[in-house]
Order: sequence, then C-alpha cells, then structure tokens
Amino acid sequence: MCTVCGCVKPVLGSGPEASDGDRTTAVVDVFQDLLASNDLVARHNRMHFDEHNVLAINLTSSPGAGKTALLEATILALRGQYRIAVIEGDLETDNDAARIRAHGVRAVQITTGTACHLDAHLVHRALHELPLAGLDLLFIENVGNLVCPASFDLGQHRNVTLLSVTEGDDKPAKYPVIFRAADLVVLSKTDLLEVMDDFAPERALAALRQLGRETPMVHTASRRAPTIGPWLAWLEQQLASRRPVLPDFALARFDPATA
Amino acid sequence: MHELSICESLLREVHAIFVKHGAVGIERVRVEVGLLSGVEPALLDRAFDVARAGSCAADAILSIDVIPVVVRCAICQMESQTPPNRLLCAGCHSHRVRVISGHELLLRQVELRLPHPSIAAAY
Repeated sequence: MCTVCGCVKPVLGSGPEASDGDRTTAVVDVFQDLLASNDLVARHNRMHFDEHNVLAINLTSSPGAGKTALLEATILALRGQYRIAVIEGDLETDNDAARIRAHGVRAVQITTGTACHLDAHLVHRALHELPLAGLDLLFIENVGNLVCPASFDLGQHRNVTLLSVTEGDDKPAKYPVIFRAADLVVLSKTDLLEVMDDFAPERALAALRQLGRETPMVHTASRRAPTIGPWLAWLEQQLASRRPVLPDFALARFDPATA
Repeated sequence: MHELSICESLLREVHAIFVKHGAVGIERVRVEVGLLSGVEPALLDRAFDVARAGSCAADAILSIDVIPVVVRCAICQMESQTPPNRLLCAGCHSHRVRVISGHELLLRQVELRLPHPSIAAAY
C-alpha cells in the first residue's frame, strides 16, 4: 500500500491470488520510499523553520572534526548580529550543549543512545523545547558519523560537512554519499596543515569534484586565533537568501539537479 | 548501523500490507537499494534478520535489487554507469552530470501468504 499515491496492484496469474494446493499467495507491487515517514516529518520541521524565518543548517562530520569548536567560534563572531540556537546530537552526554550554553546561546541536547544519526522525529521533539520565534539561525549538530546521517532529512535548509586536516584527504571518495549531499564543505583545523604533511587540500578538493557537484570548500581554524572568515561569508550569503526555493540542498537520495 | 532503522520502517509498511490483505504470512519482501542511497545492501540483509523476529515477516525472505549509479552528462548527453565516488561522464569525463538512478530506497513488492480459499470461505 503506497501512502504517497495509493497504488496497490496485486498481480499473479490471472488475478490477485494464486492457489497451489494448500498454499495461496498474492504478490503485491508497491512503490514505497522507505524513508517516507521520516521525510514527512522533515517537511513538517521545515515548515516550522520557514514560518519563523529561521535558516536551519545540518552540520555533519566524523567525530572530532571540530563541529562544536566551529559553532563556538561562529557564536562569538556573530554575537549581536544574529540570534542563534543549537540542537546537539550525541550518543551520550550533554557536554557539547554545555559548551554552547556557556556562550549564552540556547542549546537542546538530543542523546540518541545507540542510534548513529539524528532523524526528523528526534529533531521535531527537540523543537518542542526550542522556541523558534526571534531566531535567525538554527544549527543542528548531527552525531559524528559520515555514514548514517547522510540518509536522513531533518528539515534543514543546508547541509554543511566538515573535513578536518587530521583526517585523510580522500574522505570525499570514501564517503561519497554524505559529501555529495553537502552544500558546503568546511576544511577545518587548517592551522595544523603545516604539521600534517600528508594532507593536501587540493587532493581533498579533487576528490570532492569527482562527486558530480560544484560544492564549494572553505578553510577554517576555530581554536586559538580563529580564522573563519570564508565560512562566515558563506553563512551571510545563505542568510541573505533565506527564503530558499524549496529544498535544493542535497539529501543523500536527492539529486539537486533534478529539483 | 542505520540499516536497522530502515528495516523498522520497512516492516511497518509490510505490516500495513499484511493487514490490508488479510494475509496469514509473508513469503518474500523485495526492495530496491541504490548505490547512492547510503544504505549498504549486505548490512540491510543482516539487519532484516534481526528486525523481522516476532513480526508478520518473521520467516520472510528479503530480496534486494541493487540499483547501480547512472548519470547523464549535461555536456554530451551521454548516459553512463559510474562508481558512487566517481560521478564523471564516461564519454567526455565532465563532472557536470545528473544522477538518473542510484538514489533508490524503495519497497517494491510483497509476496503474501493468504488463508486457503476454503478456510477463507468459511468466514
């Protein structure tokens, strides 16, 4: 039974049923997206964001790539200009939410237990604890994982994926689904490039270019003396075009070119 | 292991069909998994073994049709099959391509076991 278009088409032999002695079977043809219920809630979340004119950004990366550090530096840089809130996804602890709250920004922690990703239902529940009125920007910091979060639309307007220079520069080739879904790739911890002699930003960019999209890549360093200018410029651009033409941000299963 | 979440949603759909048709069992469930869907067919298969326990599909076979990545080139219009991490036109090597298949994550078919006609007729 298709909940999208209602198509149920039993087929087999001359009718819906075929009998073979004691066994009677029927084959039902379906065309049901397995993420339909998640995507429905994601659309609902996006309606909430749009109603309140909030730009929602889904941040993904492997664990320890510096998502929270980038958010902390961003909060400091944009203080007084934009009202920001954060939804934090982690398997355990609310350490990251505490780091955000220390900057006077509202943060809701979702602890997923054993689940390796956020889904639209979890984000929807978090939204009940987070008044959107008066906000400009909502960051959803996904669980550190380059695999599972790629399949789940949360209702965000943009996907940002971090790649830190302490990882391999071939990550886009190893995790094509999530890097293909990114609207921006942030190369983080670039202040460490001088000691990471096996990471070449141009190789990372070349791997990204093989994924069939023109995804931009910016360099950031969020600790010590933060240099996050290109990231802030990109954010400003997205905020300026805040009324996005529907989700032309990429989902893993969603081809932006067909939008 | 998000394949387990995917299986849960798969089994919800299968259960709805099972109930709608008054079935007594599920023989087979057929799904399509694209190589760009983010779901690993082998892991989905193993997750299904775990998830199906105690459900209406407890002894069902999961058939997975793996759908390759096919792109159409915006420059030369050629269609070609590509690996998921090298989405370039096989003809002119351009990266200006559109993915025309490979994102699928679909329930396509359920094979139901129905009550025997003579039993069904008795009700």
